[in-house]
Amino acid sequence: MGLLTELRDSISRAASTLFSEQDPKRIGIYGPPNAGKTTLANRIARDWTGDAVGPESSIPHETRRARRKENVEIERDGKSVQIDIVDTPGVTTKVDYTEFLDHDMEKDDAVRRSREATEGVAEAMHWLREDVDGVIYVLDSTEDPFTQVNTMLIGIIESQDLPVLIFANKIDLEESSVKRIRNAYPQHETVPLSALEGDNMDEVYDKIAEYFG
Amino acid sequence: MAEATSKPRDGVQIDLISAERMDGLASMEKIRMILDGVRDGNIVVLEEGLTPDEESRLIEVTMTEISPDEFNGIEIETYPRSETADQSFLDRLMGKESTKKLTVIGPANQIETLHKDETLISALVSRK
Repeated sequence: MGLLTELRDSISRAASTLFSEQDPKRIGIYGPPNAGKTTLANRIARDWTGDAVGPESSIPHETRRARRKENVEIERDGKSVQIDIVDTPGVTTKVDYTEFLDHDMEKDDAVRRSREATEGVAEAMHWLREDVDGVIYVLDSTEDPFTQVNTMLIGIIESQDLPVLIFANKIDLEESSVKRIRNAYPQHETVPLSALEGDNMDEVYDKIAEYFG
Repeated sequence: MAEATSKPRDGVQIDLISAERMDGLASMEKIRMILDGVRDGNIVVLEEGLTPDEESRLIEVTMTEISPDEFNGIEIETYPRSETADQSFLDRLMGKESTKKLTVIGPANQIETLHKDETLISALVSRK
């Protein structure tokens, strides 16, 4: 299996680098809600452009529109890699506005947030099918990675032969288990990091350059 | 589903849909059939599941139909796609992709996953 997967990955990586001279590739940051996608997008954007991508929050569905940060130039080993980062809303199959009421939100605000969240998820799926050239899949390493949304999304990404890196986020937390993620998705490279604390970002940028450069 | 008889007054309807029945449908017809069933409070079991592209569209269409106090979305369960991960790029290029996997879909507020691993899915189904 390893050999075939490697062959497939290298073919898709080679195919996707053919056009690298023309346009920066769009790298979608995907994952379930509250995995730290926007924190990561902001960390990358701040490190290389000085700007942020969007607001971060512990309330699920803070990001309800896909946001693109263009022309992020990452320098590695004397070479530079140019990518567009697309921060996407967390993907789910259900949105219940009453969950937002637990975060001290009025009903009207919770209903509005849930409507925007559903539109955001639909938008994220559309981007995945049509508009991204590679995927960073962010998982909260303190949570069980074996969820249906993760299984389905990784299956969807694989079916499109997009290059994908799995980022095991929140390694600064005690309950974090990177091994659990590696075991769940052994066919993909898993990179541990804390986007919030900036831990292991050197390896993160090395891998981004290697996979998407 | 169109051919199902009227729902019993007390209980949960389960529609077991054969691969043969799904084969004859276009992607959007499959998604419509699933969502119509789920929105009626039924549990839909697909013998052979959906393709990744159909799953992606199912999520998208589900999102457009969520409505506060009426429909919160779906719960969907399948086994992890181990067969696909084992396939080579050439197999998939030649259209030999295998997506055959039992899939259970129900209303998010009526079905709860209790346990899931590579070989077992255990779920609790409740009435509305």
